[in-house]
Amino acid sequence: MAARIHGGAGAGAATALSTFNPKKLVAPSRTNLPARSSKRCIVAAAGSDASKSLRVGHSQKLIANAAVATKAETSATTGTGHELLLFEALQEGLEEEMDRDPHVCVMGEDVGHYGGSYKVTKGLADKFGDLRVLDTPICENAFTGMGIGAAMTGLRPVIEGMNMGFLLLAFNQISNNCGMLHYTSGGQFTIPVVIRGPGGVGRQLGAEHSQRLESYFQSIPGIQMVACSTPYNAKGLMKAAIRSENPVILFEHVLLYNLKEKIPDEEYICNLEEAEMVRPGEHITILTYSRMRYHVMQAAKTLVNKGYDPEVIDIRSLKPFDLYTIGNSVKKTHRDVPTPYAGTLEEWTVVQPAQIVTAVEQLCQ
Amino acid sequence: NKRGGRVKLQPMVMPQSEFDHAEKEGALYGKVMVHESVEFLLVQKPVSVAFGRFAVKIKGGDMALSRLTSRSNGISRPLSTAFGRFISTDTTPITIETSLPFTAHLCDPPSRSVESSTQELLDFFRTMALMRRMEIAADSLYKAKLIRGFCHLYDGQEAVAIGMEAVITKKDAIITAYRDHCIFLGRGGSLYEVFAELMGRQDGCSKGKGGSMHFYKKDSSFYGGHGIVGAQVPLGCGIAFAQKYVKEEAVTFAMYGDGAANQGQLFEALNISALWDLPSILVCENNHYGMGTAEWRAAKSPSYYKRGDYVPGLKVDGMDAFAVKQACKFAKEHALKNGPIILEMDTYRYHGHSMSDPGSTYRTRDEISGVRQERDPIERIKKLVLSHDLATEKELKDMEKEIRKEVDDAIAKAKDCSMPEPSELFTNVYVKGFGTKSFGADRKEVKAALP
Repeated sequence: MAARIHGGAGAGAATALSTFNPKKLVAPSRTNLPARSSKRCIVAAAGSDASKSLRVGHSQKLIANAAVATKAETSATTGTGHELLLFEALQEGLEEEMDRDPHVCVMGEDVGHYGGSYKVTKGLADKFGDLRVLDTPICENAFTGMGIGAAMTGLRPVIEGMNMGFLLLAFNQISNNCGMLHYTSGGQFTIPVVIRGPGGVGRQLGAEHSQRLESYFQSIPGIQMVACSTPYNAKGLMKAAIRSENPVILFEHVLLYNLKEKIPDEEYICNLEEAEMVRPGEHITILTYSRMRYHVMQAAKTLVNKGYDPEVIDIRSLKPFDLYTIGNSVKKTHRDVPTPYAGTLEEWTVVQPAQIVTAVEQLCQ
Repeated sequence: NKRGGRVKLQPMVMPQSEFDHAEKEGALYGKVMVHESVEFLLVQKPVSVAFGRFAVKIKGGDMALSRLTSRSNGISRPLSTAFGRFISTDTTPITIETSLPFTAHLCDPPSRSVESSTQELLDFFRTMALMRRMEIAADSLYKAKLIRGFCHLYDGQEAVAIGMEAVITKKDAIITAYRDHCIFLGRGGSLYEVFAELMGRQDGCSKGKGGSMHFYKKDSSFYGGHGIVGAQVPLGCGIAFAQKYVKEEAVTFAMYGDGAANQGQLFEALNISALWDLPSILVCENNHYGMGTAEWRAAKSPSYYKRGDYVPGLKVDGMDAFAVKQACKFAKEHALKNGPIILEMDTYRYHGHSMSDPGSTYRTRDEISGVRQERDPIERIKKLVLSHDLATEKELKDMEKEIRKEVDDAIAKAKDCSMPEPSELFTNVYVKGFGTKSFGADRKEVKAALP
């Protein structure tokens, strides 16, 4: 029962995602305000039901709701274009870059013959051979170091961590070598490496596999960090990251891998340092990225119904911050609400970590 | 001293000189004397010739005796024609026996006879003396507070750098840890760059932004210069991977110490190298002390060459430049064909771990002076040069004086160099600048736009 929205706003998230639904948490608060009628009654009624129906209800509303803004980029792609899931978009980006430049290689656990633990590198080993798509043993520290060493000589490795949490084992290599070599060598060596991996809360993956490591990596000088949220920007950012001369860490989210969207046929790359304006508005700016974008967009619908006009920006580039877009936006609205992961927006809680914990506990009972 | 002092002092086995041979000795001296006297007759100025126990003053002048010279060319003992006038530039081959045999693990050790030449011998002496002088000068600069931070000195271990350089090309990569001054010099770096970088000036090899531990030279494939112990070994295996990827027929020497030999990432990298058949050579410079901890207190198995288990290894006397040369040659051939190999260089450092470490709290002074007397690499080469009559004591002393002057000149020039500009703080953080603002500690004071 997954509703598929083509080219629509962030509502593309309304496909098969989490089993626990944050809307369930929001619903009770909404019933506090009986003034707004039909939509929310439907929400409340379906509240007891687990996940998808609620989402479907919302997504259907979203199509109907005129306040939904369409993304500037995808509106240009209606017409030609092909539909694919986010991990396929990543794969396409990777494959195109590997075709284009023989220096690009992929290293990671199970990326080769297995096809990648999230199928991002499926089929690449057969196409490019074992020397370009390398299955490594389970030694993050060493193979991240090897990727960086190879990058010093001019190769462009794409290092996949099976889970961002595993990259903590390689933190020394990423922080000390990857980030600093360009500086300490006075510019002699560039490290055009891409470190990517899924992170974030999945479905009951446990504490160690559900970490968000952006804040740890934020403090490392010399690296760039980007987070993708839709198939369009996943492919674009992957390509841009591979072509960049800087080390780039590409954060993906476990639960976003099955997002479906239509993306252009022609080649495109996204700017690594730019934020994406998801929904222009007037009253208040909400900054978000990755999975939270979808939660914020849904909250935005409710806000619109309540008469607010939020501006939603998907910041995409976590380091360096796109202060230009953000600054302009905040100047316009004079209020901003960052939702790094858990946002609070008056009583319209998007998702709080505490609420995730409660929901998981409820599910586990 | 409970913490150290167990380094074995292997006395240096002098190469057997034919001059000491019981029977041949007198005849040889006579033959040499005739040969040399005839040679020098061609020279117009009087020279003082010293060889063995004889010092003869010869006056030159008769060109007609050149016929005699040509007849005497068939002398059995190879002898350099330059003898007191100028240091030899010819490449008369010399075979030298290493003082100790190689110990091998899972491979056949190479032979003990090393092919060398007179030119090489003198080069070795000169470069090692230069390295030694440079390190001692760095010591005094540190004490004069011109060099700050960390300074890890390599004196005592010069033979490893020299022997390695003798057999590899500029395409073969070397990566090492923080004791990198001499290896940088061996790779073609200049003294001026070294001192400028040590003192943080902008003409340094890393523009003053790296310091003692971050020397790099991209055009000669010297990948540095790393502060974190052991982290350079996976980097080195990655460089070997890249060399294999582009099919370069080059190898990578990833150097580390006995302290780093206990790092896990080493074994991880070795596993991958062996799996993928990478041309990486792991060189353990075993100076028996990991900062303040002796190897017997840090490693259950101090045979670092065996630690590779399935990877072959070779134990080499690291104070003998020719043994190092032979081992590196062997290793390079091995790595190009069969994948990784470990070399353990048994060496010693005279200084402490770094300048803040006196070096005597965990070792005995007797041990240090004992090694200096018995196994010093420069002394060894000096004795070889003298016994092969390639130069006199005086000439070698003159060479050392010249080197001293060269080092002093480089220091003076580096002292004159300017410090890097403040805007350099923000360059090279990213390759392409973003034009975004970057702030210093005080947001209002230090601001710069990233280029």
